[in-house]
Amino acid sequence: MQTILQNLLNGIAAGSIYALIALGYTMVYGILKLINFAHGDVFMLGSMMGFYGSRWLHRLRGGEALAVAESSWWSAVLILLFAMVVCGVFGYLNERIAYRPLRNAPRIASLITAIGVSFFLEYGGQMVFGPNPKFFPSIIEKHRLEFFGVVTTSYQVIVLGVALFFMLLLQYIVFGTKFGRAMRAVSFNYETASLMGIPTDRVVSTTFVLGSALAAVAGILYGLSYPKIDPLMGIMPGLKAFVAAVLGGIGNVPGAVIGGLIIGVVEAFVAGSQWSTYRDAIAFVILILILLFRPSGLFGKSQAEKV
Amino acid sequence: MRRSSLLKSWWVRDLLGLLIGIGVLLGLSWVLQRVPIVGIAYYFRIVILIGINIILAVSLNIINGHAGQFSMGHAGFMAIGAYGSAYLTFFFFGPYVDKFPEGTQRFVLQNVLFLLALILGGLMAAVAGYLVGLPSLRLRGDYLAIVTLGFGEIIRVILLNVEKLGAARGLSGVPPWGNFFWVFLFAWITILVSMRLVNSSVGRAFLAVREDEIAAEAMGVDTTRYKVRAFVIGSFFAGVAGGLFGHYMSYLNPAMFQFVKSFEVIAMVVLGGLGSISGSVVAAIILTFLPEGLRGVKGWLNTSADPRMVLYSIMLIVLMLTRPQGLLGRKELWEVLARRKDTVQKDARDEEEGKMDRGSGPSIDA
Repeated sequence: MQTILQNLLNGIAAGSIYALIALGYTMVYGILKLINFAHGDVFMLGSMMGFYGSRWLHRLRGGEALAVAESSWWSAVLILLFAMVVCGVFGYLNERIAYRPLRNAPRIASLITAIGVSFFLEYGGQMVFGPNPKFFPSIIEKHRLEFFGVVTTSYQVIVLGVALFFMLLLQYIVFGTKFGRAMRAVSFNYETASLMGIPTDRVVSTTFVLGSALAAVAGILYGLSYPKIDPLMGIMPGLKAFVAAVLGGIGNVPGAVIGGLIIGVVEAFVAGSQWSTYRDAIAFVILILILLFRPSGLFGKSQAEKV
Repeated sequence: MRRSSLLKSWWVRDLLGLLIGIGVLLGLSWVLQRVPIVGIAYYFRIVILIGINIILAVSLNIINGHAGQFSMGHAGFMAIGAYGSAYLTFFFFGPYVDKFPEGTQRFVLQNVLFLLALILGGLMAAVAGYLVGLPSLRLRGDYLAIVTLGFGEIIRVILLNVEKLGAARGLSGVPPWGNFFWVFLFAWITILVSMRLVNSSVGRAFLAVREDEIAAEAMGVDTTRYKVRAFVIGSFFAGVAGGLFGHYMSYLNPAMFQFVKSFEVIAMVVLGGLGSISGSVVAAIILTFLPEGLRGVKGWLNTSADPRMVLYSIMLIVLMLTRPQGLLGRKELWEVLARRKDTVQKDARDEEEGKMDRGSGPSIDA
């Protein structure tokens, strides 16, 4: 019973990180029908910015370069904001340079540039940050907590809290603001939305900024939970988050969150069993099984084909 | 002069072409092995990798370009072919051939068994292609793409866990039987099959499925059957390419077949122009050579890190931004060239007509 609860908790913590990345995939897909393969690497960029951000912050305060950065709530929030801003700017430039010129080209062309941007971040990251793994600093103090025999750390609680906060924030933005309404309109029909006076280009840019900022949050939370980070770390979580988005029905915001949680929990249980070496495959097995029975994901709309 | 009726049938011509091709390839590989240039081995290696990538790109073009089914699992099929054929040669054929003394008998036996292993590896990949093609009964577009991607990753993770095939350490000591001749023979066959396929009834059905599935179905095309067929044919050649790759490298590792490998092949097909066979070939050559050709930049920039893959990715983005429809679009190389020639001739004719117009006026000589 305890191990089940333990696995469940670990799974939800990992799943909420997947969910944050999946939100970026699903928003971009919902609007542009583009699989933004560079998104997993934006997540890596966020994690790296957390690493360098905490270093610079420490140096700004006159600390020694290699000493452990002091951990306080304020510095953690600053680091988080820094990473979100850098990733947001990157997301904007990415859309502007690599995707917007291809808006009217065949859809597959922007998929290839997405792959190109992904390669660029991976190899460029190896050049700029160095190929060796780095140790993500503990930007907040770590405590050991125990409830009913289930061991957890303050980090897991923070991961859950921060992830939940940003998911609710996104939910509010999409369903409660004027911008969100514009976003949903663009996602419903791009051309009609632009005829109705919605500045579609600006909506698309903002969506990319939002998605990339969420990826940065996920990157920092990932760094807290699994402190070894390197330029290729975004590949697998990115791919699994994409699977999570498809699982929930791509283009559907709550679907991405639930898909992420499902994958995180199932992976935690597989990792705790004798099949642990198959952990990386299980996300895809679930995906194939679900798509066989629900071809457009759990919450996806199955669109009637027009003749 | 009338051509004999025998030469008119396409298969006789193809067979003749193939025989001539075999002769040319044998001659070329004989010459290339004896060229006394220092460092030729390095270029030779690139040429062989280009050949393997041509097979991969042209075979993926059958699935993605002709039948319009977006597959992102080509590395998975390649892995099945590579490990399948390596399993046969490593455990059975290799030790069997080793019992024979050096000589013609051994040489012939080795190559016959290698061909057999390649074809069996390809067939294993084709069976997998059949199994993956089946979900295309229900899935469309991006959902199918992600299922094929997932399939490729599942294959890789399974291979990571098979102790007998070396698991994560990789399988070293695969008989090094792959060579220039076999690689380009199969590249030739792949291109030939692909070209014959487009102009056959099957190929026409593929194109119909790509253009409009509903319309194709209304016209009586069994869309599911043709989609699965495209997957089977494409994955067979991907498996053969994998077998050639494994036997050329003489080492296999599941990490060679990550989905990044599928992406590289997709980039070749899209860059060449979806549906253009010669485009796939051209793009396979460019994208294989590009990272190697950029090797010089490292010394030039004087950095410790290797910037060539960064440049590769930037060039991929720039190429795609400048030619969104691919280098050749949906046309074949000779169509593009022929049209250029036509326009040149037309221009020349126009010019001549212009001259005549001018000449028709009162002239001094007259």
